[in-house]
Amino acid sequence: MERIPILKMGEYLLVTIQVDMHDRLAMTLQDDLTARIVEARAKGVLIDISALEIVDSFIGRMLADIAAMSRVLDAETVVVGMRPAVAITLVELGLSLTGVRTALNVERGMDLLRERIRERFSE
Amino acid sequence: MTVLLSDQRTVQRAEDVVAIRQAVRQRAVELGFNLVDQTKIVTAASELARNTVQHGGGGRVTIEAVEDFGRRGIRLTFEDEGPGIPNVELAMKDGFTTGGGLGLGLSGARRLSNDFSIESTVGKGTRVTITRWR
Amino acid sequence: MNEQSVLHDLVSRNEAEILQRWIERQLGASNFRSDRTSKAEVSDQSRRFLSLFRQSVSSGTADLHSPAWANTRQMLEELSVSRAQHGFGPSETALFVFSLKETLFEGLQDQLPKDPKAARQVILDTNQLLDRLGLFTTEVYQRGREQLIIRQQQELMELSTPVVTLWEGVLALPVIGTLDSARTQVVMENLLQRIVETGAAIAIIDITGVPTVDTLTAQHLLKTVAAARLMGADCIISGIRPQIAQTIVHLGVDLGTVMTKATLADAFTIALRRLGLGVTKVGAPKKRPEPEPQSTTRDRIED
Repeated sequence: MERIPILKMGEYLLVTIQVDMHDRLAMTLQDDLTARIVEARAKGVLIDISALEIVDSFIGRMLADIAAMSRVLDAETVVVGMRPAVAITLVELGLSLTGVRTALNVERGMDLLRERIRERFSE
Repeated sequence: MTVLLSDQRTVQRAEDVVAIRQAVRQRAVELGFNLVDQTKIVTAASELARNTVQHGGGGRVTIEAVEDFGRRGIRLTFEDEGPGIPNVELAMKDGFTTGGGLGLGLSGARRLSNDFSIESTVGKGTRVTITRWR
Repeated sequence: MNEQSVLHDLVSRNEAEILQRWIERQLGASNFRSDRTSKAEVSDQSRRFLSLFRQSVSSGTADLHSPAWANTRQMLEELSVSRAQHGFGPSETALFVFSLKETLFEGLQDQLPKDPKAARQVILDTNQLLDRLGLFTTEVYQRGREQLIIRQQQELMELSTPVVTLWEGVLALPVIGTLDSARTQVVMENLLQRIVETGAAIAIIDITGVPTVDTLTAQHLLKTVAAARLMGADCIISGIRPQIAQTIVHLGVDLGTVMTKATLADAFTIALRRLGLGVTKVGAPKKRPEPEPQSTTRDRIED
C-alpha cells in the first residue's frame, strides 16, 4: 500500500507531502506519524506542504488533528510551504487552522520548532 | 446559457476524488482561469466530491464549460441517490460551526463559487450545482 | 453571370500583375512608413493576402463571416494586430486593403460586362466587398489597441504597488491611490508571492496613500493578512488616516488581531523588534564630502 515517507532527523520528524492525497492516504499518514513520534521520541514534526496545490477541509482538519495529537505526545508541529493560492482559498473557505503553527519554508520551520521546544523546556 | 463542453465522471471511491480534482483543474486551465480561481473551484469540487462519496453513497459529477452573456465559466453538478439531507439550511449552518464533514463541505463549496444551488430529498438523493465564472 | 466571378477571373488571370501594381502603389503612397516596415515585408504580406483573397472570392459568396473567408480574415487579423503593436495608425492599416481596391478597379475597367446594369452591379459589389474588408481591418486594429491598453493597465497596476524590502525579512507594500476590487486582488496576490520569494517574516501594508476604503477593500486587506498568517508570515497595517479609521468603525469592520500602526516608521520599529533587531547610534554623524572647487570647471570650458 502506498504511504507517505516520514524522515527522522535527530529529534525531529520531517514529512514531505508530494502527492495529491486521497482521504485514505491521509488517514494512514496520521496513523504512521503518531506511531513514529512515540517510537522515535520525537520532539518536533515538520510537515512540508509546498507541493500541495489544494488543501481542502479534510486535509486542513488532518493537519489540525496531527498538531493536536503531537502536542498530546509532547511534540511540536509546524506546517511549512503553504502556497499563496492555497492560503487565499483556505481563508475564503473559512478554515483558520487554529492550533497549527506555520512557517514559510523548511529552514524557518526548523527555527520555529527549535524556538518552541526551547520555550517548553524552560517552563 | 450555452454548454460548450460536458464531461461526466463517477464519484464512488476516495481515489475518484483525486481524479475529479485533476479533471476540474484541467477544465479550469483550459477556460483560462487564473491560478487562485482555479484553486478555489478545484477545492470546492473536492469538498463536494467527498460529500458524494462519504454521505451520498457514491454518485457522479458532470463537469461543464459554459457560456452566458459573453462570459465563460465552469459548472459542476454532483448527484447521488443517497439518503438525502433533511434540513439543508441547518446542515450548512451547523457544519460550518462544528466542523462536521457534510455541512462544512457544502458551505465551503458555496463560499468558493459564484453560483450555488442544492436540491435534496430524504430517501431519494441530492444534487448540488456550483458555477464559477471567469 | 455571377458578379463575383468577374472579380475572380480578373484576379486569377492577372494575379502577378495586380500584385506588382498593388505593391508599388503601397510603397509609393505619400504616407508609406519606411521606418515601420520594409519593402520585403509589404511584398510578402501582399502576396499572401492576394492569394487568400482570390481563393475566398472563388467561393462566390461575399459573406465575410462564412468559412470561405476564414483564412483571409485570419490573415487580416494577424496583420492588423501586428501593425497596431508596431505603432501604425488605423488608417494606415486599412490602406492595405483600400490600395488593393484601387488597383483592382484599374484592372476591372477592361473586364466589365457589356451590359451597363450588370457592369454597375459588378462595380458596386466589388466596392462593397473591399470596403467591408477594409472596415474589418479597422475593427481588428481597434481590438488590438484595446488589448494593449488592458495589458498596460495590468502592468501599471502591478508597478504602481511595488513590494519593497525594508530589511532582511521585512517587506513593505506602500499602496497609492484608490483600491478597487480587481486591483486589490492583484496587489495582494503579488504581495503573498513576494513573501514566498523573499522568505519575509513580516509584511507592512502601508495605506497612507489610499484616500478611501470601502467594505470590500477592507475585507480584501483582512483576507490578505489572514492568508499571510496561514503561510507563516505576519502583517502590520500602517498609515491608517483618521478618515479611514472612522470608515472602518462605521462599516463595522472587525480588525480582529491585526496589528495596526499610524505610521510606516512605527510599523518598521515593531517589525525590527520582533526580529530581535534594533537601530543604534554608532558615532557622530559623518560630514558631507566637500564639493569640487569652481575654478576647475571654468578652465575646462575655456579650453
